[in-house]
Amino acid sequence: MARNPVTWLGTPAFPVAAKKALTDTQLRRNLRKATTTIRGKRALAVGELPDWEDLRRAGEAIKNEVLSNLDSYLERLEQSVTARGGIVHWARDAAEANEIVLRLAKAAGADEVVKIKSMATAEIGLNEALEAGGVTAIETDLAELIVQLGKDRPSHILVPAIHRNRSEIKEIFRREMPGAPDDLTDEPRELAEAARAHLRRKFLTAKVAVSGANFAVADTGSVVVVESEGNGRMCLTLPQTLITVMGIEKLVPSWRDLEVFLQLLPRSSTAERMNPYTSVWTGVTPGDGPQEFHLVLLDNGRTATLADEVGRAALRCIRCSACLNVCPVYERTGGGAYGSVYPGPIGAILTPQLMENLQDKQTASLPFASSLCGACFDACPVRIDIPKILVHLRGKVVSAKRKRGPEAVAMSALAWVMRDPKRFAAAQRAGSLGRFVAKGGRIGRLPWPGSKWTDSRDLPVPPAESFRAWWRRTRG
Amino acid sequence: MASSARTEVLRRIKSALRDNPQPAPIPRDYDVSRDLGDLIDVFAERVADYRAIVHRVRAERLTVWIDGLLEARGARRMIAPTDLPEDWLSPDVEWQQDSPPLSIDAMDSSDGVLTACAVGIAETGTIVLDAGVGQGRRALTLLPDYHLCVVRAEQVVGTVPEALARLDPVRPLTFISGPSATSDIELDRVEGVHGPRTLEVIIVDQ
Repeated sequence: MARNPVTWLGTPAFPVAAKKALTDTQLRRNLRKATTTIRGKRALAVGELPDWEDLRRAGEAIKNEVLSNLDSYLERLEQSVTARGGIVHWARDAAEANEIVLRLAKAAGADEVVKIKSMATAEIGLNEALEAGGVTAIETDLAELIVQLGKDRPSHILVPAIHRNRSEIKEIFRREMPGAPDDLTDEPRELAEAARAHLRRKFLTAKVAVSGANFAVADTGSVVVVESEGNGRMCLTLPQTLITVMGIEKLVPSWRDLEVFLQLLPRSSTAERMNPYTSVWTGVTPGDGPQEFHLVLLDNGRTATLADEVGRAALRCIRCSACLNVCPVYERTGGGAYGSVYPGPIGAILTPQLMENLQDKQTASLPFASSLCGACFDACPVRIDIPKILVHLRGKVVSAKRKRGPEAVAMSALAWVMRDPKRFAAAQRAGSLGRFVAKGGRIGRLPWPGSKWTDSRDLPVPPAESFRAWWRRTRG
Repeated sequence: MASSARTEVLRRIKSALRDNPQPAPIPRDYDVSRDLGDLIDVFAERVADYRAIVHRVRAERLTVWIDGLLEARGARRMIAPTDLPEDWLSPDVEWQQDSPPLSIDAMDSSDGVLTACAVGIAETGTIVLDAGVGQGRRALTLLPDYHLCVVRAEQVVGTVPEALARLDPVRPLTFISGPSATSDIELDRVEGVHGPRTLEVIIVDQ
């Protein structure tokens, strides 16, 4: 089987990548500014709804209902899309989905497709696959365009160019955007205007568009795309052929269920009462929009994730990115260090599961990229208990290690010591020797093998006397 | 091969759900409607929050307002859905109706579009178009840089759940909350990308 492109080949394990990212002060400034802004706004948008917690519980339950009966909901969706003139395709993995899209684009006579930002197509590396097949994919979302022109990688689910500030964006546009005005400044309004001018012709002449989907309604076959700029509407309305790639978990059972998610998603993601544009379409409408509609249903590791009774909750994710914005680890390292299109807390539980390979060092490092502070769970609009799944996956990573690693050896040594009170007391006396290497109340560096631990952590200094020793001395 | 992918994915799902999970019933304790005070006040205020331009007029003054706004803007060539009320078509403007269907270039080079709408949502300041009477196909409200939209007071509901209950999901729907915008530069909202950069709304009180 081909390698799952959800992680980027050649990215080092998280601790190594994070160490490098932490030295980039520009990156840290950009991220701190952006995440601080959005956290404040989100708190206001969420605080405005007195029933926010009820909406979260409903969102959680709707997604659980879908996941528990996923096969029948998918068959129902296929039926209703087909009945309305759409064509449904199934893809087991990234390679199969890419083949389908390339074949459809070529059949429509296109050597260029316009694209709406979509996590599913980023996950499967669709742009690269189309390029290899002779079809150019043009990203039309502003942040995706910044990433594409800058030959960069996305670092955030919602705002893939969050690691770039306005003056860096101006430089990228000046350097890479054909026809960008020479006197372009770093005023956001001017940058948006430059993108509008650059993409206008592309929209008006494109034959084929490729999109993802935020939701699909099983009962009616309606597909929903939530966006801001209008590039989505352009893609969904003007070309003759529309190809939508959708993860199989993106379903809701009925139209009414959207009343929950159309409240949860905008307030969690861009912290708005409502995003500027939401489009809903069902199959093909004669005389309005694309006259050919293809829906590609993508597995690519989702069924493997579904098989894990604890880990499957990650499939409730609606890709709002609220967990990224509140995460103290993400705010400092940025998305690049996670080595995947899905960074941050949700990425740390989703990527390893989609990859189905905990032997891979980089993948296996992701569940450890967290302090387990729990801010992500509080922010999640569908109540994914991310810390719980992180701990669960850490357990799986440890048991997947074939050799007896240093941690396993240390733990069994500890078990031996703790089984016997005398051995335990002796160890505690030995431990207080740690005071000799301490500075200012902390131990910053231990000799090997202890250095494995202190490389990334400080230890508090052990007390001169243990509680048991003190008790014996004063009460004994 | 296509059908074998379908069979395989469905088989994988069945096998993944061998533990036969029993999901809890869906709690619908959230508010379907809510006391928001005067709905039209809230709607007007929240549409304006997105930096759309909002006017409230009495029904008998509507056509005077349409004429005035188009004149103030200097609009010469406007797009109209075929079934727009006759008296909305200002005599001083050249109207292009979408019959036969207008070309992309005709829509792109116009000065704007005038439409009605299906539903307004007060709590979120949202206008929903459903390609019904006076709205036309989706491209009409997308390519012109200026969208003038007439909302009748009785079309405004309080909440998102109330709006969805009024809408037919199999019609092509567009939810519009303010002019085109982006948050992609430092997560701050700026208006004006690919959709109409000016959204002007006339709310018609009974």
